Amino acid sequence: MNALDVEGLCIDFHTERGTLRAVDRLSFSVAPGRTLAIVGESGCGKSATALAILGLLAENAETSGRISLAGQALTPQAQRAARGRELAMIFQEPMTSLNPAFTAGEQVAEALRLHEGLNPRDAMQRAIAMLERVRIPEAARRAKQYPHQLSGGMRQRVMIAIALACKPKLLIADEPTTALDVTVQAQILALLDELKRETGTAVVLITHDLGVVRDHADEVVVMYAGRVAERAPTAQLFNQPEHPYTIGLLGAAPRLDSRRARLASIEGTVPDLRNPPPGCRFAPRCPFALAACEALPALAELAPGHWVACHRAPLDAVIAA
Amino acid sequence: MSVAAIESGESPGRRALRRFAQHKLAMFGLVIVVIFVAAAALAPWIAPFDPLETSWSRLRQPPSWAHPFGTDENGRDVLSRVLHGARASMMAGVIAVGGAVVIGVPIGLLAGLGGKWMDMVISRVADAMLSIPFLILAIALAAFLGPALENAMLAIAISASPIFVRLARGMALDARNTDWVEAARAMGNPPWRIGLVHVLPNILPPLLVQATLAIAEAIIAEASLSFLGLGQQPPNPSWGSMLNSAQRFIESAPWLAIFPGLAIFLVVLAFNLVGDGLRDALDPRSQKR
Repeated sequence: MNALDVEGLCIDFHTERGTLRAVDRLSFSVAPGRTLAIVGESGCGKSATALAILGLLAENAETSGRISLAGQALTPQAQRAARGRELAMIFQEPMTSLNPAFTAGEQVAEALRLHEGLNPRDAMQRAIAMLERVRIPEAARRAKQYPHQLSGGMRQRVMIAIALACKPKLLIADEPTTALDVTVQAQILALLDELKRETGTAVVLITHDLGVVRDHADEVVVMYAGRVAERAPTAQLFNQPEHPYTIGLLGAAPRLDSRRARLASIEGTVPDLRNPPPGCRFAPRCPFALAACEALPALAELAPGHWVACHRAPLDAVIAA
Repeated sequence: MSVAAIESGESPGRRALRRFAQHKLAMFGLVIVVIFVAAAALAPWIAPFDPLETSWSRLRQPPSWAHPFGTDENGRDVLSRVLHGARASMMAGVIAVGGAVVIGVPIGLLAGLGGKWMDMVISRVADAMLSIPFLILAIALAAFLGPALENAMLAIAISASPIFVRLARGMALDARNTDWVEAARAMGNPPWRIGLVHVLPNILPPLLVQATLAIAEAIIAEASLSFLGLGQQPPNPSWGSMLNSAQRFIESAPWLAIFPGLAIFLVVLAFNLVGDGLRDALDPRSQKR
C-alpha cells in the first residue's frame, strides 16, 4: 500500500483580485521508504501542495480531490489527528522554524508529550536519544540550548528530530536545505536518506534543485504553473526528459561533468495564474509550440511510469526530424 | 544577540536578570519597592500605634519622637496610617494589574490568533474603552459598583485591561505569521495550545514591562479613587483618603499631606524605574551586555 496517494488535487485561492488555481489536477503516489521529488520554479504550486496535504492552507484556499495517507482518506479531522504523528513536515528556514523561547530538547520532547502522552522526564530522555539519532554531537548538552545558540545545520537537524520523533508514515520536506551551506546541505540530505531507510517513512521532497533530486529522489514530478508537466522515475527523467520545460530545467542546472560553458535559460516568465493561457501553460515559452498547443494536453504515459503532458511528445521524433 | 551570550550558553532569562542587576536606577527602584512591600506586609507588627486609635489629647501634633510623621485631626498616628495605607495601595496595584492581565491577555491572544471577525469585534471594544481616559473610566466603574476597596480594584482592573488586549493582540499578530508558529501547527498543536504554550512565552517580556508600569498607574488610580471617596472607606487608612482629609489642614498641619503624598510619589517612581530597567534588560535589540 502506498504511504501517500494524491488524486486530482486542485487548490484554488480566492483573492480580492479574483480566484486563481494554484494547483490543477495533481496526482501522485509515494510508497513507504521512497522519496518523491516535486520540482518546479517559485509559484508553481509545490508548497501549496505540501500545505494542502497537512491541511494548513490559509482560510482563502479551497481544495478538491482526494488525498489518502496509507489508504485512509485525509479529511480535515483526519489531518488534524495525523499532523505531527503520521504526517510530519520540515521547513525551508531552520533559522526561524524553532520557537525561540524553548530549548532544542524541549521542542523535540513536546512532540512526544503531545502525541505519545509521555511525562516530561521520559519525553526529554527520548528527545535526547532522538537528537543523537540525527547526529547532533553532545546531544544531552545541546538539548539544553536555545535555538539562537545553534547553527543553521544544527537547527535543521533538530527540526528533523521533531518531525521524525513520532515515526511518521510521511515526511514532507519543503526545500529543507535551500537555506544551508552546500556541505551542510549534503549532510542533511544524507541523514534524511538514512533515517528514511531505517524507519520506512515516505518522503515528499519539495525542491528546485535538480542536483538534489538526482541524488536523493526515486521519482520526480515536474510542475509548471500548477500543472504536472512530467512525471517519471528519476533516472528516466534525467536520461530521457520529454517535456520541453523539463529539458529547459535540466539545461538550466549547473553540472560539474558538463563541458558546456554557459547555462541555458528558459525565455519568458511564468504565466499569471489568475489569467492562464488557454491551452498548454508552457506554450508561450516553448520552442516547440504548435497550433495544437492551444488545446490542453492530457497527461499520457509514454513508457511505464513515465507520464508527459505535451502534444509533441515523444520529442525524439521532433528533434530527429 | 551578543557573541558572549552565545558562547556562554546563557539562557535568555538569566541574561535579562544579569542585565537588570547591572541597571543601577532599576535596582534602586527595586529596593524601594521591596521596602514598601515589606512595610505593607508587616504593617500590623511594625506600626507603633493602632492606625484607627483616636486620641483627643494629641490632635494634629507635628512630627516628634513619639510620632515621627505627626498625628492627624483625630489624633491618630500618621506613620502607622501610612504603613497600613501601603497595604491598600500595594494590593490595589498588584491585584488590579493582575486582574487586568488575566482579563486582557487571553482576550488579546484570541483577537490576534482567532481570525478576522473575532479580531474586529474585540479590537473595536478595546478601542472604545481606550478612547475614554483611564481615570474617568475607573471613576465611572467604581461609582457604578459602589464605594469599596474591592470595587475600586475591579474598576481599575477593567479600565487597565484594554492596554493588555492591544499589546497581546499586536504581538500575537506578529507571531502568527512566523515560521515557528507554522511549524507548531505542522507538529499537531491545537489552536489553544499555539496561543498559550507557543505564543505566550514569546510575548511575556513586553507584557512584564507593561504590567510593572501599569502597577504604578494603578496605585495612582487607587489613591485617586480613595481621594474621591470611591476606594478604601474611612476610617481604614489609604494614602488617597489621607490626602483628602489633609486638604483642610494644608496650612496648619502640612505633615498630614506630605507623608502620604511622599509615599505615593516614591512607590510610583520606584515601579516606573523597575519597569524601565526591565524594558532595557529584556530588549533583545539592546547590544549592552
